[in-house]
Amino acid sequence: MARMSYLDAGRRALTEEMERDPAVWALGEDLGRGGVFGQYRGLQEMFGKDRVADTPISEACILGAAVGAAMTGTRPVVEMRFSDFALCAVDELVNQAAKARFMFGGQSRVPLVVREPIGMWRSSAAQHSQSLEAWYAHVPGLVVLCPATPADALGMLKSAIRCDDPVVLMEHKNLWALEGEVPEGEHLVPLGRAETVRAGRDLTLVTWSAMRQPCLKAAEALARDGIEVEVIDLRSLWPWDRDAVMESVARTGRLLVVHEAVAVAGFGAEIAASVAEALHPQLKTAVRRLGAPRIPIAYAPPMEDEVRVSEAKIIETARAMLAPERAG
Amino acid sequence: MKTPANLDLPRLQALHALMWRIRAFEEAAIAAQREGLVLGAIHPSIGQEAVAAGVCANLDRADLLLSTHRGHGHTLAKGADALAMMRELFGRSGGTCGGKGGSMHIADFGVGMLGANGVVGANIPIAVGAAQALRLRGSDAIVTCIFGDGAINRGPFLEGLNWARVFDLPVLFVCEDNGFSATTRTAELTGGDGAAVRAESLGIPADSLDGNDLIALDAAARGAIAAVREGGGPRLLHCKTYRISGHTAVDPATYRPAEEVEDWRRACPIDRLAGTLEMAGIDPAALNDARRAAEAEMAEAMAAARASDWPDAALAFADVQDAGDPRERAF
Repeated sequence: MARMSYLDAGRRALTEEMERDPAVWALGEDLGRGGVFGQYRGLQEMFGKDRVADTPISEACILGAAVGAAMTGTRPVVEMRFSDFALCAVDELVNQAAKARFMFGGQSRVPLVVREPIGMWRSSAAQHSQSLEAWYAHVPGLVVLCPATPADALGMLKSAIRCDDPVVLMEHKNLWALEGEVPEGEHLVPLGRAETVRAGRDLTLVTWSAMRQPCLKAAEALARDGIEVEVIDLRSLWPWDRDAVMESVARTGRLLVVHEAVAVAGFGAEIAASVAEALHPQLKTAVRRLGAPRIPIAYAPPMEDEVRVSEAKIIETARAMLAPERAG
Repeated sequence: MKTPANLDLPRLQALHALMWRIRAFEEAAIAAQREGLVLGAIHPSIGQEAVAAGVCANLDRADLLLSTHRGHGHTLAKGADALAMMRELFGRSGGTCGGKGGSMHIADFGVGMLGANGVVGANIPIAVGAAQALRLRGSDAIVTCIFGDGAINRGPFLEGLNWARVFDLPVLFVCEDNGFSATTRTAELTGGDGAAVRAESLGIPADSLDGNDLIALDAAARGAIAAVREGGGPRLLHCKTYRISGHTAVDPATYRPAEEVEDWRRACPIDRLAGTLEMAGIDPAALNDARRAAEAEMAEAMAAARASDWPDAALAFADVQDAGDPRERAF
């Protein structure tokens, strides 16, 4: 094991895959200068300008070009800078990348990875803070990944690059500096497999991306009161690890889903509905979701904090779900 | 009228026959739609056949082509099989895309045809990326991207042409200008002088051509493709033509005067080439045979498509994705 930041783990993943496979290349804005967060530092010096291409600020063309390149025998890794900017390339991702294999009757695959930095990060306001993972999970053809740890940032980007599907890899900006243990040597995380981060008998807490940490802290606080929470980091939203979630909720009888994205039509709704449909007789209390209120994200910290799901809120909700008068 | 000297008559006869195949394919498709056999929208290119034939005849099989929703002619000219295309329009098994795409998504990767596209201008970024991949792979093939005049008012036109220039990519852009953005005159919707000057403003050499003059188009495409292949970077051909048919096969196109359509019917690129060939001494009977052969081929394709099976409904779950394959678990 080596200690490494989430950001460096992503850089290591791309470096290893570019060394392994000459068909892998990266394109996006400012990559020669390391990318906006430094995720690409040194890569252009190592692989040259053709394989680490600095592009114009043309999001639609960045993603559209990746579609064409992916259909022509290469494996492009697209940098979108902020997931919010990827909205300029929704046609290219949703109508082109996600559809090409299907609508051409399987004549082509579209093996590309779109890296989309998501989430709230130091007063970044409404156009640089969003978590829109549920949008992409809704679109057939796409794979949607949300790594929360350095080890997963490494292993999931590597697996994404080797996947023949278009993959949206959402990296949380607030996690760039997060340090953690990362395996030495080849590390691949299977797509669609959740990680049970903490075992517990009383309640299943499903989360992903940057909410993993407050969820774990909340679970530790609850444990001090004798409430044992099982924390599942979903990691992959599509495909999602239905088996892991169902197995856990069948044991605990309680489900709480926590995500940073807006709660309305968030991916938590899909999990909650699936669990309610499949496990209704085994549920000891109603399934619950915690997410952001349906308001844009503000710049000023007091207003920005209004959309954040806090550790305190998670603890309060979990307690309420376990309170005997609420059980049912 | 004077016949140009040094005409390559066998080549021009072949292109004349190709234009008839395109015309006959689309007329058969329109007839099949009237019979209820072609269910979805089709966008015929009747009157525009010279662009498809003149450009695609100068491409090698290894070269790649990106087309539009009005792409039957381009696809045939790149070498796709007419019966497989007809089956695709009918939504039948054995169609180029197994019946999953229909007219607007016809593709035949086996002949380098990477797809028609239902979104105007969306093929332009895809084309430049394909060219970038060819370069990364050390291929000497080129990419041709055909789009209509409506596409030049979409952002991807600017983004894609600029991209091709800054990366110096082997792409031939072809603006097949039929004068209409769907059913509104493009001139009413477009600032400046259109595709060629916009390309030139980005440093891309461009030629404006009579899109109904097969001989001129063939020569211009040959020159432009040679320049692109030699590493000269992108080029653009702006081909002015006219669609005699409606926007779709069911559009009566009453938004234009009958005399205008009649004028363009007289400017039909197929008849025009036939006239030149006759003057050059080709037997009119041979030219007529080409027409009859094309019509017979497409009538046969139509009959065979009609007799083809529907695809198995379960194939709706195939070729969606590997990770999260809906055939393993339908959520």
